[in-house]
Amino acid sequence: MPVNYYIFLSLALFAIGIVGVLVRRNAIVFFMCIEIMLNAVNLLLVAFSKMHHANQAAGLANVGIDGQLFVFFIMVVAAAEVSVGLAIIVMLFRNVHSVNVNFLNRLKH
Amino acid sequence: MGITQILFWFLSALALFSAVMVIASRNPVYSVLWLIVVFFAISGHYLLLNAQFLAIVNIIVYAGAIMVLFLFVIMLMNLHKSSEPKRNKWLNIAGVLAGGCLLLVLVAALKSAETKSSMAVMGTGDIGLIENLGKALFTDYVIPFEISSVLFLSAMVGAVVLGKKESSFRSEKESA
Repeated sequence: MPVNYYIFLSLALFAIGIVGVLVRRNAIVFFMCIEIMLNAVNLLLVAFSKMHHANQAAGLANVGIDGQLFVFFIMVVAAAEVSVGLAIIVMLFRNVHSVNVNFLNRLKH
Repeated sequence: MGITQILFWFLSALALFSAVMVIASRNPVYSVLWLIVVFFAISGHYLLLNAQFLAIVNIIVYAGAIMVLFLFVIMLMNLHKSSEPKRNKWLNIAGVLAGGCLLLVLVAALKSAETKSSMAVMGTGDIGLIENLGKALFTDYVIPFEISSVLFLSAMVGAVVLGKKESSFRSEKESA
């Protein structure tokens, strides 16, 4: 598959995530859209790592492995982010009895 | 058109459709279920690219652990029915337009990139296998690996501190 197709697929997924963040007001759906965006980037990194591996000079077996390890670390950080973020949402729900992010307006004052 | 191409188009369509359904469904539980479909489609893409380790990790970590966490929080807060108030229709349209414009600009910018003839090889190449990734992870990337364990520890402590009941926290402070 040409790597172009992967670029466009990832862009479409990323744009869907952006639209979700702009349109939805539910904090939990916010987080899901962030996960979609992270996964779009992960997919693109893996595709590029395979492209880089194919374009290597002969004799280097490990070219392109960095991309896949980077994806692994992105997953690690995303897991930590989700656990803390959901804890914050639970705390928010306990205080205002809603997960509507419009309630966070009052953080301004 | 070989089986790989068919699988690629099928998985792409599945991922895009499910991602749209994630933001389109009013009930958060359905959003989570569609998101699991997205993750499985992306894992299928990883398998097509012969990145087997990442495919397995994606299913275990995302579709397994994180989605269970999401579902647990939704059930805990009793959000089954959509509690979202009706929003201004124009705001929704503006959001969709803004996202579409971003997509348009990015596609236009990358359409004529130099990658046209480059292929992402599928089905061959062994950099995605557990053996090679593990070797690289425990030699060149051992320090980030250890730091990520510290990150997990701090995230765990943070989640516990945030999730603690406010009243007990305050009374402890007062008694201290």
